[in-house]
Amino acid sequence: MAAARTPGSQTSSGPTPGSTGAGGDGSSPRRAVVVGGNRIPFARSGGPYVRASNQDMLTAALDGLVARFGLAGERVGEVAAGAVLKHSKDFNLARESVLGSALSPETPAYDVQQACATGMETVVGLTNKIRLGQIESGIAGGVDSTSDAPIVVSDALRTILLDLSRAKTPQQKLKAVSRIRPGHLAPSAPTTGEPRTGLSMGEHQALTTAAMGITREAQDELAAASHHRLAAAYDDGFFDDLLTPYRGLTRDANLRADTSVEKLAKLKPVFGKHLETPATMTAGNSTPLSDGASTVLLASDAWAAERGLPVLATVVDVEAGAVDFAHGRDGLLMAGAHAVPRLLARNGLSLQDFDYYEIHEAFAATVLCNLAIWESEEYCRERLGLDGALGSIDRSKLNVHGSSLAAGHPFAATGGRIVATLAKQLTAKGPGSRGLISVCAAGGQAVVAILEAA
Amino acid sequence: MTDTYLNLVNTGFTKTLAQRLGLPRPAVLRRHRPGDPLVTGPVLVVHDAGSQAEADALAEQLLGWDLDVHRHGNRDDRFGAILVVLTGAQAPADLGAPLLTTGGVLRGLAPGGRVVTVSRAPGDAAPAVAAARQGIDGVLRSLAKELRRGATGNGIVLGDGVEIDAPSVAGTLRFLLSGRSAFVDGQLLTIGSGAGELPADWERPLEGQVAVVTGAARGIGAEIARTLARDGATVVAVDVPAAGDALAAVANEVHGSALQLDVTREDAAERITEHVRSRHGQLDLVIHNAGILRDKLLANMKPETWDPVLAVNVTAPLRITQALLDGDQLGTAPRVVCLASTSGIAGNRGQTNYAASKAGVIGMVRASASALEGAGGTINAVAPGFIETDMTARIPFATREVARRLNSLQQGGQPRDVAEAIAFLVSPQAGGVNGQVLRVCGQNMVGQ
Repeated sequence: MAAARTPGSQTSSGPTPGSTGAGGDGSSPRRAVVVGGNRIPFARSGGPYVRASNQDMLTAALDGLVARFGLAGERVGEVAAGAVLKHSKDFNLARESVLGSALSPETPAYDVQQACATGMETVVGLTNKIRLGQIESGIAGGVDSTSDAPIVVSDALRTILLDLSRAKTPQQKLKAVSRIRPGHLAPSAPTTGEPRTGLSMGEHQALTTAAMGITREAQDELAAASHHRLAAAYDDGFFDDLLTPYRGLTRDANLRADTSVEKLAKLKPVFGKHLETPATMTAGNSTPLSDGASTVLLASDAWAAERGLPVLATVVDVEAGAVDFAHGRDGLLMAGAHAVPRLLARNGLSLQDFDYYEIHEAFAATVLCNLAIWESEEYCRERLGLDGALGSIDRSKLNVHGSSLAAGHPFAATGGRIVATLAKQLTAKGPGSRGLISVCAAGGQAVVAILEAA
Repeated sequence: MTDTYLNLVNTGFTKTLAQRLGLPRPAVLRRHRPGDPLVTGPVLVVHDAGSQAEADALAEQLLGWDLDVHRHGNRDDRFGAILVVLTGAQAPADLGAPLLTTGGVLRGLAPGGRVVTVSRAPGDAAPAVAAARQGIDGVLRSLAKELRRGATGNGIVLGDGVEIDAPSVAGTLRFLLSGRSAFVDGQLLTIGSGAGELPADWERPLEGQVAVVTGAARGIGAEIARTLARDGATVVAVDVPAAGDALAAVANEVHGSALQLDVTREDAAERITEHVRSRHGQLDLVIHNAGILRDKLLANMKPETWDPVLAVNVTAPLRITQALLDGDQLGTAPRVVCLASTSGIAGNRGQTNYAASKAGVIGMVRASASALEGAGGTINAVAPGFIETDMTARIPFATREVARRLNSLQQGGQPRDVAEAIAFLVSPQAGGVNGQVLRVCGQNMVGQ
């Protein structure tokens, strides 16, 4: 039933196209701008942040942002943040982090969770509120710890324990306890496995990688470039106003400035080893499990001007996408490739109308598969309902300061990292410059966005 | 860090023991807290025969501050401070009477008391006049060494043509009387002009001013940020990106903002200007506090231990100050303060690089005074002596104990003591103090 829909019909019935012009034209809502960002360096799982909770890291990222923009004691319109791996006690993670930060305790906050697109979705929600005039400022954020991940008891044991709590008589209690078996005691740690397929994210990507014929060399080249570009950005001081050190870390722990295609070529494949085609995905061209947090300060023009704060970029428009990966129709991480043409159509842009592209490097192959899809006449016609291929992009404009392969990928923190990084690049590039973001997520989803220099 | 010895000789049984044994007993210094009285008792004003009018004017000023002012003292009187006005001295013989009067009441000076001399700079005066004036220098420095129980002695020197009612005379006098100058001892500060103005609120003299403090993430820099904010300034805290987390904590604490910046960058001034001008519209106060140590004997010195010390400690302040002046980026009454060091005055074994940079700062300050005056402002240096910081806590125990006691107050200073001196120098009431080096060293035995 859903298959009968075409992207064209979605476009015509979709919301009012966002203006890519710099200012509101009176009929469309006012614009929401990116003022700046702050994140803590990303650590590898089990590294320097091993004892830091999501709340600790998010609070640190908030405090760095507050300091950068002189917001101590200020009531910000709203803070939206989230984590993918979340303890049940952290149901109010964003609000609790605000209360521990230098912000006014009168700053409201809410939690968001959309897998790896969480960080992007916090930006979406807050910019919409700003555009509607409901708030003047907002802080979007995301955090994840794979070191301090929640471990829960097995479902069977949980059922028994809940029955036990409801038991009234000693006999009922004894009966409940007597159902416990040693096997129930094994704890369940979170995995990156997809509930509907049982496959890990890497194995899913390996299927897509093989289907699209992405080579090992291409993946390793992309990974090496990511490291080299991120290292260069650090050396240039690019992150001086985007990052605040935390727990002794001043750069992303995963960054290997001295890596090379040759070194990466020596690594053994870890995903897709049971496929018919040779396995190509290694620990070097896949993101590692990471810990970290990021934040982005969003505002109306008036709010920023009142405080003399910079205005880096406008969040022009966003689009969420999802694909039917469970039935094998599309690759798990390909929803961005599907969402981008809709976003382009709504904004009257072509894929080549951008100065920068930020495609989240969940795996090097994810980026390459996205590009391959857009270059494929067949895929674009048949699966995306387009007249032809979207075409190729200038690779020198892609992830110019590195991305998740080098920086690491604390799931919910990646969106904030990318938005702040791109916004700064666009300011440097100059007025009218435009950037495209695509962040894929578990469950076959993605959030894509257009930013424009303010 | 804690001075355990100081605590022991001031409390309980060990206090009695120290008294019996005649051990040196460093006092707990009287440090300013907002709302504290200016001095701890009546103020005696004495003067030489030629200074009646000026002594009257200063007594009037003290009365204006609601102080209990006495013009005559007896041996049994207890004074919180003694103001010795010697501006009219024409010959060395003129000093005797007022100083002997001072000596007569010195034993009754309250703990944390103050002796402040007011005199004129010798300059081109006739030999006898110059001898009298220069003599005061020797008197003051010796007198300060005689004081005990946290009392200090300092002097105000009026430059050529500076009247007694110059704002900075009152401003400096108030600073020296107060707990803000707790670790300033045996120093003479010259008022070079009638510039400056008295603040509307003495507790918040920096209200509405915007300050940049480099090296603000920790130690003395963090304390400068806190003190300037307490006095009303909006603080932009600057430190290297690697110290960003500590910097953010300081910036948030003082409700200022943080700027992660290596001051040795070519575009440092530009970045500071961009941050400050867009947000606050002006830059009034610049505190060049960022400094590093790379101690080595000159015989073992390498470029990697020499160059960075000079780059951070003196080249960066030079370049940033010049760029701010050239770019006309400062407010209407700008204040610049650089951190010098007693090492830059007296020298220190193993610190040729550091001393070169800190003596360099003193040269820079003196040579920049006229340019800043032209811009309506001032530039001065503060030279800390032994200050209790993370840095000095790393000095080996015995060396540290000796270094601490080698001054008239027999203890190390606190970072806030340095910060208080800087807060004074950047205040509107210090507008007549320019091109000076103010030591905050408890009258360290080394150097001048």
